Amino acid sequence: MSTTMTQVTAIARRSVVRTSRQPASIIPPLVFPVALMLVNAGGLRRSTDLPGFPTTSFLAFALAVPFIQGALFSTMNAGTDIARDVQTGFVNRLSLTALRDFPLLVGQLAGILVLGIVQVAFYIVVGLIAGVHFASGPAGIAVLLLYGAIVALSFGALGAFLAYRTGSGETIQALFPVLFVFLFISSMNAPRNLIGVDWFRIAATLNPVSYMIECVRSLIITGWDWQALALGFGFVIVLGLISLRLASGALRARMTRT
Amino acid sequence: MSTVNVIRGVSWRTLKNALTNPQILLPTMLFPLFFFTAFAGGLSQVSQIPGFDFPPGYTAFQFVFVLLQSAAFSGVFTGFGVARDFEGGFAKRLLLAAPRRGGIVLGYAFAALVRWSIVAVLLTVVALAVGMNLAGGAVDLIGLYTLAALVNFCGFFWAGGIAMRFRTMQAGPLMQMPVFLILFFAPVYVPLNLLEGWIHGVATVNPLTYLLETGRGFVAGDAPHVAGAFAIAIGLGLLFWTWAFRGLRNAEAAGA
Repeated sequence: MSTTMTQVTAIARRSVVRTSRQPASIIPPLVFPVALMLVNAGGLRRSTDLPGFPTTSFLAFALAVPFIQGALFSTMNAGTDIARDVQTGFVNRLSLTALRDFPLLVGQLAGILVLGIVQVAFYIVVGLIAGVHFASGPAGIAVLLLYGAIVALSFGALGAFLAYRTGSGETIQALFPVLFVFLFISSMNAPRNLIGVDWFRIAATLNPVSYMIECVRSLIITGWDWQALALGFGFVIVLGLISLRLASGALRARMTRT
Repeated sequence: MSTVNVIRGVSWRTLKNALTNPQILLPTMLFPLFFFTAFAGGLSQVSQIPGFDFPPGYTAFQFVFVLLQSAAFSGVFTGFGVARDFEGGFAKRLLLAAPRRGGIVLGYAFAALVRWSIVAVLLTVVALAVGMNLAGGAVDLIGLYTLAALVNFCGFFWAGGIAMRFRTMQAGPLMQMPVFLILFFAPVYVPLNLLEGWIHGVATVNPLTYLLETGRGFVAGDAPHVAGAFAIAIGLGLLFWTWAFRGLRNAEAAGA
């Protein structure tokens, strides 16, 4: 095994074990989004009576939201864990070793990646148990798992950037509401064409999170909508690449400073 | 040192902490605005559902929910501060210094009320700025804000009781989750008669449903079951007051 792979594996193992040992990192991303989805699905069931609503099951419509809401938790978890590494001096100690910055970054995101896949699998199982029919079939479910992994990695990289940049877990937690704005001002509760308030519809249209939600939603209620898939995958990959680049730069700056 | 002095000292410190620390201030101010924006803006078409009848419009319909929600959560967030004071050892010094320890709880409760008042003013200004219609008169509005203040007390006394029993920030989810659930198991998006299935059954027995319906009635100028809603709010307030003061006794007995 090459040196880089050895380094990535060691840090990744630590990241996965650390995540798996923290119930507070695992349970909220699983339970909160599903609880909110069930409550919303109950309260907004009659929305499906609106002309033009794309499905007769609000649960199927709402099932896309936990995928992105769970990713926000990934951002916070990754950020908080990495900020703790900065605060406790773990990153300082690593900077004295031969470990390079990129393996450290990739390795530290492994725990979030695994958790992201577990989250998506959990949401899919909840959907199936609740009677949601996945219009894209088993292949669509496989694409959802892949998409969930990329989303977790991209948002985790964003959390890593914030953590390396600020070095403070409290600051990461305080940024949570800011990230939530993007989720709230999106098409999470209604299709964009059924949003009656003009400024909100424009904001939702400009918000990339709308397209990430609609990508998942298309696989559940429409089938294979290539435009929705291209936009959803496109935005999340761009977010991931930018976040990885920024996180890598912030990590390099931090390791240089120390 | 009288009880009033203790109340003043504790509330001043709590408010100074809450209002000068952006990490504490921002979530309190922003979350209600997020919910209001997302619900009133994103779900405005819900008012077109057959059977939806609320003349002031969907913005006003959601405003009342978010107002009550902000009241409850301002209380809960103040409970977080109580837990933090116990965890950090500050509460131990408070218990030693205050001759009237009941004043400590009341000081926190007063701080929770002031904290929520700031959020309520901001939320009301934003709601009016985006064109919320108010059909109710001044008396109705006084009724609405009084009802919300009672919800604020309930939220704080519940969370404060938990904080004084567990004396750690790790009890945060225990303070927050039941409040979150009771809020969202009410008719949040549509009136009770438009809910279907299990959520209708749960909302029917949820006491918050009646507070919410009365609050929405105040905005519409035709409030139903006013006496019942205030009886529920005052009853819950007294229950959680007892819960919080027993929590204080619990903390005293444990030596904080």
